[in-house]
Amino acid sequence: MKQRPWLFLLPALLLVSISAFIPLMTVMNYSQLTLLPGTQPYFAGLENFVAILQDPAFQGALGRQFLFSFLVLITEIPLGLALALCMPKDGPGVGVSLVLLGIPLLIPWNVVGIIWRVFTRSDIGVLPEVFDWVGVTYNVSQFTGDAWWTVLAMDIWHWTPLVVLICYAGLQAIPEEFYMAAKIDRASPWKTFRYVTLPNLRGVLIIAVLLRLMDSFKIYAEPFVLTGGGPGSATTFLSTYTSRMAIGGFQMGRGAATSLIYFFIVILLSFVVYIIMLNLGQGAGNDS
Amino acid sequence: MKKQYYLILFLVLLMVPIYWMLNMSFKPNSEILQQLTFYPHEFTLKNYQEILSSEFWRSGYINSISMALMNVTFVTITALPAAYAFSRWNFRGDKHLFFWFLTNRMAPPAAFMVPFFILYSNFNLIDTYWAVALAHCLFNLPLAIWILEGFMSGIPKEIDEMAFLDGHSFPSFVWNIFLPLITPGIAVTAFFTFMFSWVELLLARTLTNEAAQPITVTLTRSLGAGGWDWGVLAAAGVLAMVPGAIIVYLVRDLLATGFSMGRV
Repeated sequence: MKQRPWLFLLPALLLVSISAFIPLMTVMNYSQLTLLPGTQPYFAGLENFVAILQDPAFQGALGRQFLFSFLVLITEIPLGLALALCMPKDGPGVGVSLVLLGIPLLIPWNVVGIIWRVFTRSDIGVLPEVFDWVGVTYNVSQFTGDAWWTVLAMDIWHWTPLVVLICYAGLQAIPEEFYMAAKIDRASPWKTFRYVTLPNLRGVLIIAVLLRLMDSFKIYAEPFVLTGGGPGSATTFLSTYTSRMAIGGFQMGRGAATSLIYFFIVILLSFVVYIIMLNLGQGAGNDS
Repeated sequence: MKKQYYLILFLVLLMVPIYWMLNMSFKPNSEILQQLTFYPHEFTLKNYQEILSSEFWRSGYINSISMALMNVTFVTITALPAAYAFSRWNFRGDKHLFFWFLTNRMAPPAAFMVPFFILYSNFNLIDTYWAVALAHCLFNLPLAIWILEGFMSGIPKEIDEMAFLDGHSFPSFVWNIFLPLITPGIAVTAFFTFMFSWVELLLARTLTNEAAQPITVTLTRSLGAGGWDWGVLAAAGVLAMVPGAIIVYLVRDLLATGFSMGRV
């Protein structure tokens, strides 16, 4: 019976091999080659990797990506948690809130970009007009600052609901007795939150942080539609850079090398955050 | 309940950009471009007519829904046994394998664009539903295994053992006892899988041309193709939101149960 688990895993492994493993091997192969159209590919070793790492455009995109993901995490996680605490526990309000929160998540990503584009464009949007009334100039396609905070606002608008849903699920799973016990001990609301709610939410918070980290690192369609990566390269993130290298670039080896570096950074970062969060919880002295 | 006002405020803010697009979709282009109006002064359904009467847009919707449903089917069927294996048995390398599955969730689609294209070209799958539905398994399968494993671990192992003692065969146990127990889990999984497949753009755009082009791609292509017809674009955006809204509405009870089981 030792083979039984593998039998159950077989379909999933087969599916992963065509949807992930084989493509990954292809990328690895290409990343070592110099592929110029019309010539024989020849072995380039690490040449492609070095070239990418030294490219200022790559470094810029990487820096912006880190800053963006960092800002996304420090706003969306606390905001989502706070809003989940505001959710009603039962009654008709739950269904309504769940449906409304689910809507932004089910809008195709480029439609999210379109929504925000028509919302913020200087000729047809409502946001520039509102800013005009209070005497502030606002132009997404001209000012780096405006473009940045608009992309950020869009991401918060788009993904905070997911954090709310995840945290809400976690909150629902905390047994009512825990709160009763806290009440009997006359714990203040803050102390109840700190010593009952937060430790019990550790698992779901790890999920929320990891999901948001991975996904914000993959952001592509929304800024692509909203700003086209501009003004200049102000909102060009890693995905935009990589897809430009992969499609637009005539050098497929470079594109593949970029892909691998990118993948490696995401895995490494997720792993580090995962370990940190596991230890954080333990440091707070709980055993769940 | 004062704190619920914050939630209401957030939900209202959430709806503002959506309202703006909805508002625009009912206006003629002349009104959109000339003045700022908070509701359509010259109410028109022309934008919607243009979309619904064009084969180009309609096939986009059909393609999108078919691909997402295909993807949900592949993912659910393969993730169920895998998640069962992870939640019920210890075997050599199970933790590593689980993490390896998860790393695929982290893979940026941009990084896989070119190899997917080459791989599926070799199998003549480019511009078919299969290409996109299979490619989306890259990020959906790990997620599905992750969610389902959580739900299954929440069901005590004793239930399995009791059933076998009662003389259930394995298939009969799965069909009569286990599946009904994790229906909410399957609903949550299907919801997230559908969602991530429905909204994805990059891979869908790389792997399709004309025949299998999903609505997200139709939208970007028409966005780039000269002459900005804002009204039609807004109407298409609204229509692209509809299937999602219907699905959330349909599964809202199952979702609520799923959520209260504590795993997402």
